[in-house]
Amino acid sequence: MSLDNLKSFDPFAETDGGDDKKDYIHIRIQQRNGRKTLTTIQGLPKEIDPKRVLKFAKKEFATNGSIVVDPDLGDVIQLQGDQRQKISDLMVASMGIKKSNIKIHGF
Amino acid sequence: MSDEEQKKSVAFGETTDLENGEKVETNEGSTAEGHSVAGTNISADEMSSRIENGEAEAEAPATFDPSAMKKKKKPKKEKESENGEEAPKENGDGEGFDPKSLKKKKTKKVKTEDGEAAEGDGEIDFSKLKPKKTTKKKKAPAGDDDEFQKRLEELGLEDKKDEPAVPQTQEEIEAELAQGTGVWAQDNATPFKYSQLLKRFYINLYEDHPELSGDGRLKNYKIPPPQVAREGNKKSIFANLPEIAKKMKRNPEHIIQFIFAELGTNGSVDGAGRLVIKGRFQQKQLESVLRRYIVEYLTCGTCKSPNTTLMKENRLFFVNCNICGSRKSVSAIKTGFQAALGKRKKQQA
Repeated sequence: MSLDNLKSFDPFAETDGGDDKKDYIHIRIQQRNGRKTLTTIQGLPKEIDPKRVLKFAKKEFATNGSIVVDPDLGDVIQLQGDQRQKISDLMVASMGIKKSNIKIHGF
Repeated sequence: MSDEEQKKSVAFGETTDLENGEKVETNEGSTAEGHSVAGTNISADEMSSRIENGEAEAEAPATFDPSAMKKKKKPKKEKESENGEEAPKENGDGEGFDPKSLKKKKTKKVKTEDGEAAEGDGEIDFSKLKPKKTTKKKKAPAGDDDEFQKRLEELGLEDKKDEPAVPQTQEEIEAELAQGTGVWAQDNATPFKYSQLLKRFYINLYEDHPELSGDGRLKNYKIPPPQVAREGNKKSIFANLPEIAKKMKRNPEHIIQFIFAELGTNGSVDGAGRLVIKGRFQQKQLESVLRRYIVEYLTCGTCKSPNTTLMKENRLFFVNCNICGSRKSVSAIKTGFQAALGKRKKQQA
């Protein structure tokens, strides 16, 4: 016998998202000298090849960029300029990443 | 209506709306770009990836495609980095990847996504959340100015026979109430309207027990806008941080930490308690950071009220709501990846 009330609801689960195991993709921005900025994308899922993303982004956004291998965080994509919105749109639109998994930081 | 609500209720007023507008615009703009570029430039790539896809589905693990230059490279790299798990990984790669170059998906998803974006933006605002909470409140005069205004006008039409001077704005009503003039005067014999009494009730309630009156006025949770000045060429000063921290009942240190992590810089606090941030930042930008702080570390997850306290237990941060008593864990502030800036020589030294 099973009670419907006592089924699979976890009262201690996170209230908004539901998934605790969210691996966020962080998109950050850093100021360089003057009006120049740098966009970093951290935490891409493993099944996505950062190299290809970078290549695509470089062409599409007409900007330069590179991949930095961080000992803790893995591959981090760096792009010149403020590409936060564009890269997040790109990821949502064509890489099958949910918007809720992307965190855009910075101002 | 909803636009106006937003304007009113968000702490910093106009700028948010601007931001929203900008966001949406940029969204559209960039997606439009995406179409055109994807259409023209990547057709070759697309072709190859489509071919790849077809063949990959047929025979998953080892395929030799002369056309697939990139694909070959990719698995190599993965092997280098991860060792093993080839077949599933490759498959995943193919699936995760080639949609990028497919046009169809883009167009479809983008459209829906735009809608979501607009909604998402709205959700951040306190206003949109609030009206959901209590349906009663809509009847309350304290709720929406517009609705109230309308009702007032209706009332006004009725009242005109009795007394010509019906207060139009909320402020006037409040003033009358406070001073005991107009309808509320001792010698005034006109019967009270239900709505007037209701209004009076909410005003009194708010004065005596602001926490009970719910969103009536708290909806406009206001924080003084950050005062930002420039110090020299490369530093910005955030002058009224202590004031804001006090208003939010948060440790300034915590806010500072958050600001630095978000902006990817560092800085210091000067003698007067002002925050000196490295880099050029405008008021608008700090506002958006603060707003994010509020959403993440201030508002209660259940009732959205900003009346909360931040507690630290066993290295974990919890936000306790003082109104509904709910408690949610919030992630600690992480700076994340910091790109190396500045001159190489300096860093080596």
